[in-house]
This record gives sequence, structure tokens and C-alpha cells, in this order.
Amino acid sequence: MAFLDKHKVIETNATLLMILSLLVVTIGGIVQIVPLFYLENTIEKVEGVRPYTPLELAGKGIYIREGCYGCHSQMIRPLRDEVERYGHYSLAAESMYDRPFQWGSKRTGPDLARVGGRYSDEWHQDHFENAKSVVPESVMPPYGFLADNVIDGRYIEELVATHQMAGVPYTDEMVENALADFTAQADPLGDSSGLEGRYGAEVFGTPINVRNFDGQPELTEMDAMIAYMQVLGTMVDFSTYTPVANR
Amino acid sequence: MCAKPLKKEERQVKTTGHVWDGIEEYDNPMPRWWVWVFYATIVWGIGYTIAYPAWPLITQATPGLLGASTRADVAADIAAVDAANSAIKERLIAADLNGIGADPELAAFAERAGAAVFRTNCSTCHGSGAAGFEGKGYPNLLDDDWLWGGTMEDIHLTVAHGIRNTTDPDARYSQMPAYGVDGILDETQIAQVTEHVLAISGQDHDAAAAAAGATLYAENCAACHMEDGSGDRTQGAPKLNDAIWLYGGSREAIIETVTQSRFGVMPGWNERLSEDEIRAVAFYVHSRGGGE
Repeated sequence: MAFLDKHKVIETNATLLMILSLLVVTIGGIVQIVPLFYLENTIEKVEGVRPYTPLELAGKGIYIREGCYGCHSQMIRPLRDEVERYGHYSLAAESMYDRPFQWGSKRTGPDLARVGGRYSDEWHQDHFENAKSVVPESVMPPYGFLADNVIDGRYIEELVATHQMAGVPYTDEMVENALADFTAQADPLGDSSGLEGRYGAEVFGTPINVRNFDGQPELTEMDAMIAYMQVLGTMVDFSTYTPVANR
Repeated sequence: MCAKPLKKEERQVKTTGHVWDGIEEYDNPMPRWWVWVFYATIVWGIGYTIAYPAWPLITQATPGLLGASTRADVAADIAAVDAANSAIKERLIAADLNGIGADPELAAFAERAGAAVFRTNCSTCHGSGAAGFEGKGYPNLLDDDWLWGGTMEDIHLTVAHGIRNTTDPDARYSQMPAYGVDGILDETQIAQVTEHVLAISGQDHDAAAAAAGATLYAENCAACHMEDGSGDRTQGAPKLNDAIWLYGGSREAIIETVTQSRFGVMPGWNERLSEDEIRAVAFYVHSRGGGE
């Protein structure tokens, strides 16, 4: 094998070795990654998944800031015990607007992929304030300070615009009205028709929770956090969903 | 598997020919067992990509000869368990709600299935022992003090549709006015009503204030909580003349309740749980001690 004898050229030429190694790694990477962008069975199309509303998006930011992913996953695996406990296994499409996704792999606490609608807002307030008060065996630290942090949505337009830039299909109208939608969602007495018109059931088929999530007059991080919790896993209507095997 | 130890004169292996500062490198062959294991892994790898989903093609990856699918597996797993329980689940769904306890086999199934459903879904609010959390608005399910009724039908309805659950029009719904926040009563009046509530619940109270509070109570509260404070289950108005409190029975807690009202929400479960699971958990709760 005279061809293999030429390896001496590579081994004695560091630059060539580096270029050829990079080439090998690149080919390997392309073979693994590129098919995911075009294979039809990577992401199945489902009804109802919409980009997060500005308030939910802010809540997601707090979720990431507080490192919730360190203890909570958002990924129900297709195993019987998980499906029986948490609900339908997660679909790729459900996290397609997550930048970055929050699948996680560590479960000190339970999976949160379908926590939306499972508990009342009051329960979330009690639980964030002191988890042990409602779940005595819990080791979750207290997050009551979220209820003290008033947020005015100063940068919410930029946040939505950034997600738009990262490929989430927010329209320019959504970006322009980000602040209005942000405050409208936590104000059940105000006019939320703009928010409904942009994100609501008529556009995406999923109703929006418009409530005073934390029960306080001010809009706080607790509002954003609970709004985010209450939407998790509720977008896809599984009564109309037929799973396709081999995905 | 190791090579036999060689005698000194047999160790005359040829070298690679490389010499660095007088140090030579033997060109020993790889142990034969190692080489064969290496070849075997290659063969295994090829076989694996044929048997399981692997190679990306134009529209999808090769499905693999074994037809492996995690989704089909979990569906089959669940179907197998459902099939094993289908007969008794059908009986549970067909049974009269009040007749479940009379059938020992059905009762045993409902009790255990209900316990599993309760631990997974209900214990987060009502506590793993179903005793609720007093003073925080999560009702105790072990006693016979029911807010909306403790018969099998009542519990079944509550579990299926929830309480003050705005996503379900069939949910139980009622709302107490926020007497202080909405300016219906002033602070003195709230204090007086509170003294009256303390009086009818048999606690220490200021008799003079309570007497003034009695009139206010009759005008504002008696329509739902009844004249004697016995409550009204049709609108979920709690009993006030006993020692069981949902949000606390101290003077401070009652003032807070009257001032800003309470609005405890329970989600509906008929989308997450199947009818047999709802029946099982209703039976489980009913059989905790307070069932009617």
C-alpha cells in the first residue's frame, strides 16, 4: 500500500496535518448535521405552536437567568413512565421557537415541558416564594424576590427584535407593539385585543392567558415567570394530533 | 488472551527504522485478539446501520430492517398496560358512581389507580397525604368539611372541570367581592364584621364590635355564607361557624380575606386525565374519610 506510506508527508508537516484534520472533521460534521435541515421527519408540522408573547419571552429570560434548567428539563421522553406522569412526549416542533431550547438533561426537580395549566397561578406564587410550603419534600430554593422586582419592559422591543433576527417568525408589527403586548397580558382589565390579534387563538389556534399572574398591581418578574410557566406545553392540541412512526 | 512470555533471544522483533537520539522503536504487531475485536466492531457497525435507522437519504433516513421506533415502542407499552386493564376500566366507566364501593374488585382497583393519579397530579397542592395546606387555600380532603360538596358526583365534577377554571365553562365558579379593595366596607366595618365571624366561629372576640358586625354580616355576607355562617355549597361559600379555615381563622387572616377577597383556582383535569382516571381519583378522595 504505497498510498499509506505517504503518511510521513502529513506527519512531518504540521500545517498540512492541521488542514487535513479540519477537512476530516468538517466532512464528519456535515454528514451528521446537514441532513437534519432537510429530512422531512426531523421536524413534523403541528398546529398551534406560536412564538412566545413578549411577557412569556421575558419569563423565559428569567428562567434562563436563574438557571432553572440546572434542575428542570423540558423534554418528555417517549417512555411509558414519563408519558404517564408528565403527559404526551415532547415534539421537536414544540421547542422550535426556543432560542435557546431548554430541553436540559438534569432532573433534580420534575420535567416542566407540560407544566402549563397544571397548577393555579396562586400555587405558583406560593411555590416560588417557598416551595416547601406546598411541597414539603422539595429542595427548590425560594424565589420570592421575583415578586419584588418590578419590570417596565424597557428592553422588551429589543428582546423581541433579537429573537426575530435569530429566526423566530415575529412580524415587524409584533416587534413594534412588544411593549404594549407585554403590559396588556398581565392586565385583565385593560384592552388586550391587540395582543389577541397578533398572538391569539384566531392567528395560531392557541388561546392566550391574559391575567394578573402574581396578584399584585405592579408588573413584576413573577408575572413574567408564571406567564411562561402557564404556557409551557399547552400550544399543541393533542386531540387532533396523530403521531407518525419512525420519527 | 495475552501473548506467551517470550524468551530473551526470541524478542528479536524488527524495528520501524526510526531512530531518535539513538532510541529505536520496535515494530511489534498488534495482539491478534485485539485486531479481531477491531474488525468485529467494524462488521457490527455496518450491521447496526442496516438494522436501525441510520443513513440520511433524500427525504428521510433509512428506516432500518428492524423497524425500530421509540414512538411505536412507547405506544405499544401503553397499549399493553391499557389492554391488561381495559376490562376493569370499562367496568369503572360503566359503573354507577355510588356503586363503585359495593364491588370489592372495582373498589380495590379504583383505590390504587386513584392513589397513583392523586400522587402524580393532586399532591402538589393538596399534599401527599391529602391534608391540604391550612391557611394557604389548599383544602384538606380528609375531613368532612366540603366547599362544593363531598358526594361522589360532586367530587367527580370538581376533578373533571375544576374550580374557577376560566378555560372550562362547566367549571364551578363563584367570586367573593373584595369588600375593602372595592370600597364596599370601610376599615371599621371590616373590623366589626370580622369580630362577628370570630363570634360565630366560637373564638375570642370583642362583643360590642361583633354586635355591630352582625348587621353588616346580615346585609353583606349572609346571602352566601348563611345567617348562622353554615356556608352554601352550591356556590362554594365556606362554612364560617366551625374551626376549619381555608385561608386561616385568625383575626388578621379574616380581615385580609374580607378586604381583598380570595379566589382559589383548581385546574380542570378532563383534558389530562381519562374518564376512568377521574373516577378512580374521585373514589380515592371520597374514601379518604370525609366522603358523603
